[in-house]
Amino acid sequence: MSGTAHAVAHNDDHAHDHKPGFFARWFCSTNHKDIGTLYLFFACFAGIIGGAMSMLMRAELQKPGLQIVGRGDFLNNLMHGGTADPGQLWNVLVTAHGLTMVFFVVMPALIGGFGNWFIPLMIGAPDMAFPRMNNLSFWLLVPAFLLLMGSAFVGMGAGTGWTLYPPLSSSLGHPGPSVDMVIFALHLAGASSILGAANFITTIFNMRAPGMTLHKMPLFIWSMLVTAFLLVLAVPVLAGAITMLLTDRNFGTAFFKPEAGGDPLLFQHLFWFFGHPEVYIMILPAFGIISQIVSTFSKKPIFGYLGMAYAMVSIGFVGFVVWAHHMYTTGLGVDVRTYFTIATLVIAVPTGVKVFSWIATMWGGSIEFKTPMLWAVGFIFLFTVGGVSGVMLANAGEDIVLHDTYFVIAHFHYVLSLGAVFAIFAGWYYWIGKMSGRQYPEWAGKVHFWTTFIGVNITFFPMHFLGLQGMPRRIPDYPTAFAHWNEVASYGAYIVGASTVFFIFMAVYTLVAGEKVGGNYWGEGANTLEWTVSSPPPFHQFTTQPIVK
Amino acid sequence: MKKAPRFRSVLSSLAAFLTALLVSSPAFAVLGQPVPGAIGLQAPGSPMKIRQDAFFNNLLLPIAAGICLLVFVLLLIIIVRFNAKANPVPSKTTHNTPLEVAWTLIPVLILTIMAVPSIKLLFYLNSTPDPQMTLEATGSQWFWTYTYPQNGDIKLISTIVRGKDLKPGEPRLLTARNPAVLPIDTNIRILTAATDVIHSWSVPSLGVKLDAIPGRINSTWVRIDKVGTYYGQCSQLCGQGHAYMPIEVKAVTKADFVKWLHQEGGKTVGEIAAEKTAADAKAAAPAAKEHKK
Repeated sequence: MSGTAHAVAHNDDHAHDHKPGFFARWFCSTNHKDIGTLYLFFACFAGIIGGAMSMLMRAELQKPGLQIVGRGDFLNNLMHGGTADPGQLWNVLVTAHGLTMVFFVVMPALIGGFGNWFIPLMIGAPDMAFPRMNNLSFWLLVPAFLLLMGSAFVGMGAGTGWTLYPPLSSSLGHPGPSVDMVIFALHLAGASSILGAANFITTIFNMRAPGMTLHKMPLFIWSMLVTAFLLVLAVPVLAGAITMLLTDRNFGTAFFKPEAGGDPLLFQHLFWFFGHPEVYIMILPAFGIISQIVSTFSKKPIFGYLGMAYAMVSIGFVGFVVWAHHMYTTGLGVDVRTYFTIATLVIAVPTGVKVFSWIATMWGGSIEFKTPMLWAVGFIFLFTVGGVSGVMLANAGEDIVLHDTYFVIAHFHYVLSLGAVFAIFAGWYYWIGKMSGRQYPEWAGKVHFWTTFIGVNITFFPMHFLGLQGMPRRIPDYPTAFAHWNEVASYGAYIVGASTVFFIFMAVYTLVAGEKVGGNYWGEGANTLEWTVSSPPPFHQFTTQPIVK
Repeated sequence: MKKAPRFRSVLSSLAAFLTALLVSSPAFAVLGQPVPGAIGLQAPGSPMKIRQDAFFNNLLLPIAAGICLLVFVLLLIIIVRFNAKANPVPSKTTHNTPLEVAWTLIPVLILTIMAVPSIKLLFYLNSTPDPQMTLEATGSQWFWTYTYPQNGDIKLISTIVRGKDLKPGEPRLLTARNPAVLPIDTNIRILTAATDVIHSWSVPSLGVKLDAIPGRINSTWVRIDKVGTYYGQCSQLCGQGHAYMPIEVKAVTKADFVKWLHQEGGKTVGEIAAEKTAADAKAAAPAAKEHKK
């Protein structure tokens, strides 16, 4: 896994890059680093929008009654001149927040952004296997996002939840064009993901530097490889399901219409056959990033490397056979629920291996708690909290009480908002010097970490209480008994909001005026190949592949 | 001047937190509805919820808290002992097979300990022992229709009672017109169905949640221990009125239930059976006379 001085010498010859002009460079790009940068900017932009939606939702839920979405209230006036149905507007907000965060923030940042940037750099390849397809992957995402955003302003908007369950999402529940636009948005985002995944798999299998066997790949590469396989196998199922929904809506088919022999539950099976692997698609790249960071800052190699790699493979595999644990209340038979309970519990084993191996990697280390490491340690703890609440929910009998309550919201925000998003920030702080050649101010990174860490816990921990008390998901107004913890959660969210604004200013400062850094600014612990090239790396690197011993 | 109220509000929220801790213990809880500031499960009103609560409070929660605490303590030790100042020379250990085997097998053991009562609970919830009556809840945008298929022609359209119409003591967004009336100490089969989109019939304190899906009828059961009012809300996103289709169950004694049935023009299962025997006898009697001729 260690690069060679040999490689560095070669790359210096190519330091005088011939970059194309602005339009050709950013709009017709075939360079993996530029495309990665585009993905990261895109994710940041979408993240600001998705995050703003969170702020609106928490403002609405801060007090009982309607504050933001009611007729004549702020958001209703802004979007519909105060005439929209408050409940529908709320559902549109919830749906857009979910879809934005999943498809246009977490996936583009972790997979398109860091994946594109660091797969070639870490395996010693000059670029991705299919550079033009790479460009297509990114640009499919832009119209996809425009369609999703546009759907909120057309007719009644898509208030189906990100799960798009029919008949609410069929012409019965949503007659207008909004849901069709969301379906097309997901088609495009899905095509983008599948193309990207094919590119990743080909690149990782064919373009590794001589000597880098599969079992010598950095864990980030392993995580991207497993993720890419999950994408190729899962996303087409979503595409099939939403295409059937599209023809049900527009061309008179009846896949999901009970009145014509179809079955609404078929959609749920198809959706979750995609949807459960999808949550691992979002978290596996995070595992990869955390592994790199923990190893770098502990100045130790990963503990139990093979166990770590195959834990991800087995999480990916088992992830495909647990989907119906999202459907425990739909009337599934008791034997089916027994199977899905046990299969779901099994996932805790490889996940436990990951958490304990990270701890063992740190154990005995000489750890520098720089900002990326803070995010990584925060990730490990908060992901554990989200993991154990997942184990609670896995039990079909207990899930009857917790299903579709705020307990579920707390659970998946602990693994995604506090898991995947923490990993995005961890990766950003870890690699921003490498990507831009300029380093963030350490104090500011720490301020950002601590304010976010405190804020997210104040936001999401009380949601466990609300869920245990039975507060249902996706409601703009709630029984007065839920007021206390909702108010607390809203204050937490505002802390996170302020912290994120601080981050944006700091990120801009870093890119414009951050301190310039050398090739390996983290020192002895950072021994993957990206640290053997300059910061930022030359426009084309590894024209002669390095040799890995 | 400004500081005092702020300080007081901190104090009062602290007090609210402490009361919440107290209130969430079953002894103080209001049965059948959420309690302000509570941090635990709603108090149980049925044997299924008692079992779910026991499983959660006695097994799931301690295990989950234990694992979080273990990880937290290990991380703390790492932060104190293995920071660069305290430990300038990192070890190079990358393997420890017994340790790796242990942290694979111990979780398997814990999960097995968890899985056995979990599956038992699931089978209990699914058992529907000898139902003595049936309630059918049909979800529509945005109200519930209750029928009692074994008790004659009773049909209740249960809609939300909006803010202005609430009587004192009736909780907002939970109170419904025409609540489902059910007897206590009775095994009740619950059927759910829907006329438009998917809804979910859920009463947290009774431990029941079952999706109401157009095109199919789902079934579960409940047995209510105490007289009282049990509230819930639709628990599957069903469109713009999703927050406004509450579920209210009024649990009454068996005698009161019979009274209520008669009031609504319904009959008990026994009365219907008796009428049927009488009718059959009547129908049989003239036929017998004719036969004699």
